[in-house]
Amino acid sequence: MMPPQGSEFAGEVDVVYMALFWLSVVLFLGIAIAAIGFAWRYRYKPGRVTPHQTHNTTLEIVWTVIPLLLCVAIFFWGLNGWMKYAVAPGEAMEVQITARKWSWAFEYPDGSRTVNEIHVPVNKAVRFVMTSEDVLHDFFVPDMRVKHDIVPGRYTEVWFTPTVLGTHVVTCAEYCGKGHSDMQAKLVVDNDADFQKFMETGGTEWEDYKNKPAEWGKLQWERKGCSTCHSIDGTRIANGGPSWKGIWGKMETMNDGKQYLVDAAYVEESEFYPNAKVVKGFDPIMPSFQGLLRSHELQGIQAFIKSLGNDPNAGPPAPTVLSLPPKPAPGQPAANP
Amino acid sequence: MEHALTSQTRIGEKPRPKKNYLNETTGFWSWAGTLDHKRIGVMYLVGVLSAFFIGGVFALIVRLSLLTPKHMLFGRVLISADTYNRMFTLHGVVMIFLFIIPSVPAALGNFAMPLMLGAKDVAFPRLNLASFYLWCTGAVMGVTSMLTGAVDTGWTFYTPYSTTTNGTVSLMVMAAFVLGFSSIFTGINFVATVHKLRAPGMGFFDMPLFVWGIYSTAIIQVLATPVLGITLLLLAIERSFSIGIFDPKLGGDPVLFQHFFWFYSHPAVYIMILPGMAIISELIPTFSKKTMFGYRAVAYSSVSLALLSFIVWGHHMFVAGQSQLATVVFSALTFLVAIPSGVKMFNWLSTMYKGNISLETPMMYAISFLMLFGIGGLTGIFLGTLATDVHLTDTYFVVAHFHYVMMGGTVIAFLGGIHYWWPKMTGRMYNERWGQIACVIVFIGFNMTFLTQFILGSRGMPRRYYNYLDQYQGLHAFSTYGSWVLGLGLFITAAYLLASLRKPYDAPENPWGGSTLEWKTSSPPIAHNFEEQPVLERAPYDYRPEAVTF
Repeated sequence: MMPPQGSEFAGEVDVVYMALFWLSVVLFLGIAIAAIGFAWRYRYKPGRVTPHQTHNTTLEIVWTVIPLLLCVAIFFWGLNGWMKYAVAPGEAMEVQITARKWSWAFEYPDGSRTVNEIHVPVNKAVRFVMTSEDVLHDFFVPDMRVKHDIVPGRYTEVWFTPTVLGTHVVTCAEYCGKGHSDMQAKLVVDNDADFQKFMETGGTEWEDYKNKPAEWGKLQWERKGCSTCHSIDGTRIANGGPSWKGIWGKMETMNDGKQYLVDAAYVEESEFYPNAKVVKGFDPIMPSFQGLLRSHELQGIQAFIKSLGNDPNAGPPAPTVLSLPPKPAPGQPAANP
Repeated sequence: MEHALTSQTRIGEKPRPKKNYLNETTGFWSWAGTLDHKRIGVMYLVGVLSAFFIGGVFALIVRLSLLTPKHMLFGRVLISADTYNRMFTLHGVVMIFLFIIPSVPAALGNFAMPLMLGAKDVAFPRLNLASFYLWCTGAVMGVTSMLTGAVDTGWTFYTPYSTTTNGTVSLMVMAAFVLGFSSIFTGINFVATVHKLRAPGMGFFDMPLFVWGIYSTAIIQVLATPVLGITLLLLAIERSFSIGIFDPKLGGDPVLFQHFFWFYSHPAVYIMILPGMAIISELIPTFSKKTMFGYRAVAYSSVSLALLSFIVWGHHMFVAGQSQLATVVFSALTFLVAIPSGVKMFNWLSTMYKGNISLETPMMYAISFLMLFGIGGLTGIFLGTLATDVHLTDTYFVVAHFHYVMMGGTVIAFLGGIHYWWPKMTGRMYNERWGQIACVIVFIGFNMTFLTQFILGSRGMPRRYYNYLDQYQGLHAFSTYGSWVLGLGLFITAAYLLASLRKPYDAPENPWGGSTLEWKTSSPPIAHNFEEQPVLERAPYDYRPEAVTF
């Protein structure tokens, strides 16, 4: 009657469920057999006089107290299981969920993001900190036996330790409108090796932008904080950096008087060694993005800046398709991921 | 199966009066302006059964759409997601606010309770008529809302979806606001009637148990409904004037709405079930020809259910974001509220024990109730238990649970009550054979529709879903076929009940051998109920031969 068990907690919940199931079967059969049995055994015979049994106080007490004791026991049993669900262990990996009509956005501690698909390592606790961009949603993973509403304007939490490899369904369980029943996600439980591989690529969202690198780059401009200092409409942001508008393919003058071409290599150097070249009139205040930008994100930014050029078709080439760097040969240092 | 028409029922019977409450006066205004509780009860019955029909049509559309995962029929998409969402919302809204909340109290309670008390009418007959007109007004507002854009929020109107979606939400919630006053006025009327209009010799513990149930219901109606009224008013105000009460984008709190909403809506489910249980407490002793076992226990359980119903609302919100402490406390209190229902169950069964049981249609519905409400109540335990509720809440398990208690409980009892009092209300006997057949069809169809939904929910099928994963199709299809069987049974019921109205009056005063005062007057009763003020001579459910005077 229950879905496959994806965690130990699922197993514990199922024990309670099955106990309640059998208790219900026994009690229901008691009711049905009594009702139908009495209707048959004491079926109408004309002239029969029925006994005048008005009450039996002892019986009333017995069938009040015994169910009460049963209820108390079941309450504590349920509470016991629930307490495990309610408190995440300290070492749980935290994943942020932003739910919106009608998709799931996941973000890992290292900033990797995915949409509608999440990978977690087996046998490690994972804790989801969730909020909504719009209306109520609910994060429900049947195989793990957990769910919790996602409330706009606050954070709610749910956690579990998956113990079974494979793909599990995540499904929205709070009515949210037209796309409510289409709002599914995939929860993939990986072994450690596969999970590492997944994390190295920074999630799977970028795959949707493979052929739209400039759009991907714009997202990075928003998410990585570039927009705080660099405008894209030509205006100069106070205490910031140069606008990206129209700079692609320009010969830019630095504060030491030297001139350099703004191309893909220049952008890459600016991201990772920002103070190697500082444009004239600006201060050396840009933080480094070493280790904070995946290769496909850098490619996106390069493509995006080119798209902001006076003539996007002119100037040095920028990536037209997002890709991952090839894996280094054993013994060789890895390229910037 | 022989009728329980023994010579016992004929004692003291007078010839049928020529004029009764139905034909004493004629014409539209004699009904539209009536102050007679019996006529008001009949008008309510017609109204709520019409609402039941409309709500049932919405349900059949919902189930038809769920026959396949892609909601297709004969290669074409049946309805869009937006339409589906409106269908299940309207099904809920109509069934709850227009049908089930008023049903037993306003239709059967209005008709039978003054008769059972030996009274001429309710305490405030004009307020009674006003209740009915408020119901009509709310119905017109609701239908207008349906026809001018309708509502797709679910009957629970959770925010911020309900404050931001398009559709005629404000009109619909104001319709519910008006209907709330209909319910409050009925509640006030019934409390006053029970306190002030009992026949001489009838103390509180000489009243029929139906009256205890209606009385307990009336207390809830008066205390709880205003909270819903204000909540819906706030929702309409927020929608209209963008005042941030429930929408976080305006500084409001969505969970606050849920607390306000369920503070009424949990007691509301006891407004639904207590009258149903009250009917069962009439049917079982009458058709067992045996005194009610544990009268006082059952009476006290009705009142205690009414009071306890106010302190468990948070069990609808275990995963909604209320505090963990509140969650634990509400679960504990929820187990408490299970006990009085169990007490009733045991007392009903004990009444049947060593009875002299005849299985006319009302009794068949009573026995169906015992089994179906039994399942409904037992599955409530899964939901009150915290560890299992996390998995089961917001799934089809909950849908199955509440249909078992509301439909398998209240509606089944309502049908039993309609059949029981049909001869008294209409002066005609319905066709007993068809009654029993239809009852069996309804029972089978109901279980086919809803039993599999427990499994669907346990397997992770969420509620309010327009699409579903392929793996659930078998159970969904079976449930849809069940809905057709259920519909057939109800259709047959309507047919033979309506057919009986074409016969001349043929019902005796007391066709079932009942022991309460309504059976001591003609069927149908005269306009002012009794020829002379009845004095209580026979305690309710006293079937000792020396006590049976009618």
